[in-house]
Amino acid sequence: MTPTALAPPVRATEPVRRRSKLTDPAVGVWLAAAVVIVLGWLIVTIDGGSFFARANLTTILSNCVALGLVAVGQSAVILTGSLDLSVAYLISLGTLVAAETMQDGSVITGILAVLALSVAVGLANGLIVTGLKVNAFIATLGTAFILRGYIEDNYTGPAGQVPASFRHLGYDRIGPIPVSIFLLAAVAAAAWFLTKRTRLGHHMYATGGDEHAARLSGVRTRRTVIIAHIICSLCVGAAALFLASRLGAGAPWAGTEARYDLESIAAVVLGGTALAGGRGGVAGTLGGVLILAVLDSVFNQLSVDPFFKNVVRGVVIIAAVALYARRGRRSA
Amino acid sequence: MPATPAPPESPQESPGEAAPLLTMRNVSKSFLGVRVLHDVGLDLVAGEVHALVGENGAGKSTLMKVLAGEHVPDSGTIELDGTAHAFTHPKQAQAAGIGIIHQEFALLEHRTVAENVFLGREPTRYGMVDRRAMERRTGQLLAELGETGISPRTYVRELSVARRQTVEIVKALASDVRVLVMDEPTAPLADHEARLLHDLVRRLADRGLGILYISHRLREVFELSGRITVLKDGRHITTVATAATDTDAIVRAMVGRDLSAYYPPRATADQGGEIALALRGGRNRRLKGIDLDLRAGEITGIAGLQGSGRTSLARALFGAAPFSEGEMTVGGRKLRPRSPREAIRAGIALVTEDRKGEGLALRQSVRDNALLVTRAVPGQQRATAARALADLLERVRLQARGGPDQQVQFLSGGNQQKVVIAKWLAAAPKVLLFDEPTRGVDVGAKAAIHTLVRDLAKEGLAVLIISSELPELIGMSDRILVMSDGHLAGELPAGASEEDIMRLATGPAVEGSDAA
Repeated sequence: MTPTALAPPVRATEPVRRRSKLTDPAVGVWLAAAVVIVLGWLIVTIDGGSFFARANLTTILSNCVALGLVAVGQSAVILTGSLDLSVAYLISLGTLVAAETMQDGSVITGILAVLALSVAVGLANGLIVTGLKVNAFIATLGTAFILRGYIEDNYTGPAGQVPASFRHLGYDRIGPIPVSIFLLAAVAAAAWFLTKRTRLGHHMYATGGDEHAARLSGVRTRRTVIIAHIICSLCVGAAALFLASRLGAGAPWAGTEARYDLESIAAVVLGGTALAGGRGGVAGTLGGVLILAVLDSVFNQLSVDPFFKNVVRGVVIIAAVALYARRGRRSA
Repeated sequence: MPATPAPPESPQESPGEAAPLLTMRNVSKSFLGVRVLHDVGLDLVAGEVHALVGENGAGKSTLMKVLAGEHVPDSGTIELDGTAHAFTHPKQAQAAGIGIIHQEFALLEHRTVAENVFLGREPTRYGMVDRRAMERRTGQLLAELGETGISPRTYVRELSVARRQTVEIVKALASDVRVLVMDEPTAPLADHEARLLHDLVRRLADRGLGILYISHRLREVFELSGRITVLKDGRHITTVATAATDTDAIVRAMVGRDLSAYYPPRATADQGGEIALALRGGRNRRLKGIDLDLRAGEITGIAGLQGSGRTSLARALFGAAPFSEGEMTVGGRKLRPRSPREAIRAGIALVTEDRKGEGLALRQSVRDNALLVTRAVPGQQRATAARALADLLERVRLQARGGPDQQVQFLSGGNQQKVVIAKWLAAAPKVLLFDEPTRGVDVGAKAAIHTLVRDLAKEGLAVLIISSELPELIGMSDRILVMSDGHLAGELPAGASEEDIMRLATGPAVEGSDAA
């Protein structure tokens, strides 16, 4: 049927398949993470430290958990073409709600309270973005301010207390592996399954890729965006529970001090997800989180000036995105 | 108003023995108080190709969007197989069996063919998307259409425009459509690709689909359709059997007047002035040893299939995707532009094929768009250009209700194109390159643009036109260069036949062409 004058057909499945695997950012990110680990190990060893010491591994992994949970959630909204800047304050409020509820009630009610709060905030974000048609950047910044106002009005310092039983989540480990990493693994696996294997996930990619095209194809784009926001907030709620367990109490600065809002976006972008949405995924994000955590650990071991540390992180993020931009242009 | 064989109010009485598959009656729609559809009716019989024609702004797209559930009509009814529908979301129209191939494809570039085909109705198995079933079914549908070059797993971004369109059609077929609406499907296609599409459309009609075919290309309308409906200014003008009418009658109905001279008279032989742009051995990744002279006062046409390097040539001359080798002289000065900015300063202008993406800032005013180049590139007389704006818009015969402050996005395709041309004229270029100058432009505006281009050549500009529409190329060009596989396959004099052009364009690549 096809005349020879047409552009050469993209033939058999196989070469196409292989090429797309290689250009898949997630694979690249994990390779980069491996390189960063090897380099980190070399540098720390030369400096006289021991990178693979159990304590260090435990630190790296548990540092991954909070950022990882938030970044997985952030991936969901960014893939869908939205964004969430309210995550940091939601974490702070989440730890406070968890600690105060657990102080008076049981662990279960505490967990449920945090998840309910998360759903409410996610739903609000989603409705503001889709219903009021406020740009996600501004909408979630607004939610962030509202949460911040509430927190600062009601809390001046740590509040509440979590029972000892709940602190196992933050501190127990099996060998060098903190148990909390299983929480991250479970949440990430659920998110991966949801985005890659379910219709909802396909619709998230479609909505982020081209909202108009998705709508014309019959995708309920608004609902998809709202659900993505709820998923994001639930992941953030999980991060809040983990941090409450680590801290033993609720803290107004729990989410803001570590700047989980911008950090999580950095990890997502570092992981190869397009900020405009529609491309990337949870797997890459975890790689991005790992890179950031390893860099952190290396700098701590070398006791590098924190300002310089930030300079390096900035350079790494910019370099990564520049690389993606180049690659994207070539494939276009 | 011309006689109306089939009044819109009673479409059942129209030709076609079978009961209509689709009937739209008295559809009206207003936007912000402006009525764009007045009681429009239309019917469609299974197995029929029904052409919908009209100038831009006639209401074709709106009518189609009403049918697709993208717009809710103010009044009127849609009946499919005798069942009345009131769509409020595209999904409902889709579920009812209406498929639309939009002019701008609704495909996700970064997803695979199969994912696109099943977008919005992915098959699931145990709650999981059944990728394998999706790919199998997509493969089947592609095979049924005789398209073997596309794998269901290919990313859409890797496909040519023609193939993307096939994917769009497969996407519609996958949802068991009974009515397929195609909005100018051949606009982005080269001639031979368009012919393949025509075959496909006929086969789809033979399978019993009702096809509503919107097009500006009357030749294909007459080749394909059984009936033609003409809309003008949001009103139904006529519905006639194609066999019972001719091009002139349809054009008259569309524009309300005769368009006797389709193309302005050509330049006389001695009109070709001095060489404004000369290129020797121009090459880059897509182009192989191009020698080219553009003369003041002359219109040079470039023909070739999609992917033959026509657009690459224009973009290289304009410095957007520069030549890596070769010598270029512009206005007697040696210069091989490495960026559009350099080219603009040398007096080269490019009207791109992607008017909305590359030619205009859609949300800015006519004024801002027209002055964009003069503001961006110093060395032009900015103040004079601003003062001369009225003259400039007059020169391109722009019709904008809101004047120079109107946002460009609300103009018709033809007027948008005039703004693009005005933008370049403001910079007083010596060489004007046109890539598909009348794509997506209606018949009336087309003639205006043709006249304008000819006038510009008469004023002493060197003009180059790339067009997939051979009649346009033949009608406009003083000579025609044919490209094939990145090089110039040959030159033809004015008035060459379509056959001559196609022979050169599709001919085998000449091995070891004489260029160094």
